[in-house]
Amino acid sequence: MSSEQEGESIRCLVAKVGLDGHDRGAHVISRAFRDAGFEVIYSGLHKAPDDIVQAAVQEDVDVLGISILSGAHNTLVPKIIDGLEEYDAADDTLVLVGGVIPEEDRPELKDEGVAAIFGPGTSIEETIEFVRDNAPER
Amino acid sequence: MTGDDERLLEDLLEGKHRALARVISKIEDRSPGYRDLVSKLYAHTGEADVIGITGSPGAGKSTLVDKLAETYRERGETVGIIAIDPSSPFSGGAVLGDRIRMGSTIGDMDVFVRSMSARGTLGGLSTATADAVKAMDAFGKDKIIIETVGAGQNEIDIVRTADTVAVLVPPGSGDDVQTLKAGILEIGDVFVVNKADRDGADRTVQELRDMVAMDAGDSVSMSGGHHGADSMAMLEDHPDDEAHADWDGGDTDAGDTDDWVPPIVETVATRAVGVEEFIDELENHQTYLVDSGTRAEMARKRYAEEIRTLLREDVHGLLEDELERAGGVDDLAEAVRNGETDPYTIADELLDPVEASLAELERD
Repeated sequence: MSSEQEGESIRCLVAKVGLDGHDRGAHVISRAFRDAGFEVIYSGLHKAPDDIVQAAVQEDVDVLGISILSGAHNTLVPKIIDGLEEYDAADDTLVLVGGVIPEEDRPELKDEGVAAIFGPGTSIEETIEFVRDNAPER
Repeated sequence: MTGDDERLLEDLLEGKHRALARVISKIEDRSPGYRDLVSKLYAHTGEADVIGITGSPGAGKSTLVDKLAETYRERGETVGIIAIDPSSPFSGGAVLGDRIRMGSTIGDMDVFVRSMSARGTLGGLSTATADAVKAMDAFGKDKIIIETVGAGQNEIDIVRTADTVAVLVPPGSGDDVQTLKAGILEIGDVFVVNKADRDGADRTVQELRDMVAMDAGDSVSMSGGHHGADSMAMLEDHPDDEAHADWDGGDTDAGDTDDWVPPIVETVATRAVGVEEFIDELENHQTYLVDSGTRAEMARKRYAEEIRTLLREDVHGLLEDELERAGGVDDLAEAVRNGETDPYTIADELLDPVEASLAELERD
């Protein structure tokens, strides 16, 4: 039925979690995602991991981009992923982390289920490309 | 319906959030099989009160919706919110920002907030919104709030999905109140002057009051105002009597005398001032709808509109295929540009086989 073929759009949640007031990066990426044709939901600042899980589940996002510049990624990111698992949402949500993540912390985050980590200097195009290639098929 | 969809439906009816979220995505994407899913939802709907909230950008809709949800939760009711934001007509992308201002109920899974954007289809968003409301209703939400920027016909169509529509008017709108008259006034069942602690609020309230009084005066001669119940139509049986039995209550010739006059409520949403009064007025309106029989009338109109919209979309789809077979719209447009033909001729030619086969069906 051709009337059922209407546009599927990649849905992203851009999330700021924990005590970290720097959201310039999150704003820039939200805008870039929008311009790439994605639907972006921005969480706002200072959200708890549970809040992020709630938003990701309810909005049924394909992509969850977590921006962390506070250094608390080792505690916050696993909490979010555990929460997603609780709602059976972990498998088909592409979890990305952006921010200042030291090299030695990366393997562990990847083990937790983070698909990619984008550090300082990553180009916007690279991130968009990655999302397009890896957003889960529904 | 596929096994997956059946499981999804079961999970939704059991109250799994993930399933509700997924069903709404299917509705938004119009992914294969969504129609079967939605048609199965209907049997489980009819319990929720649906409230539409609209107003100009910055009027304080999201903040008021947030406080409304908080108050409903304090009363032990579950809430579903559909927040609609415009999408860019150029990239199709959107930043859906209403969630940020809904902080009072964050972390409470019994408030289900879903952001939606227009995806560029004619009338598509109002269908998707109506279907998403059905999903939340079947899920068991007590109150469903639709929030949208009231800017044009599309938004008005969306908000019509609601039983009760509240229109937010910021103070000092002055002449804006005059422009509101054109479209928004007709759909408002309750007017809210938000930011009522600001200068000019009293004047805005007064202007609205005058306008409502004028409107009420007009409708006496028009048998029952903008929602007027048609007493003949009331006699028809509703196909879904079981689920919607309570919609048919009340006498049928209410109208001229007991017409609903939209109340005007003053709120300061940021401090939750006036929210209780606002809820009271919403409830009064719901009671009015049931008692006057208007709710049944509205439901019937809404379903009629849904049927028409679906048919229009289906036929549109068929014709798109036909257009493709005829070589695509671009070539046809080029032919018109070159003066070889004109749009009317092309439309007739394309419709001919459709009309011919319909005529054949009639003969059988």
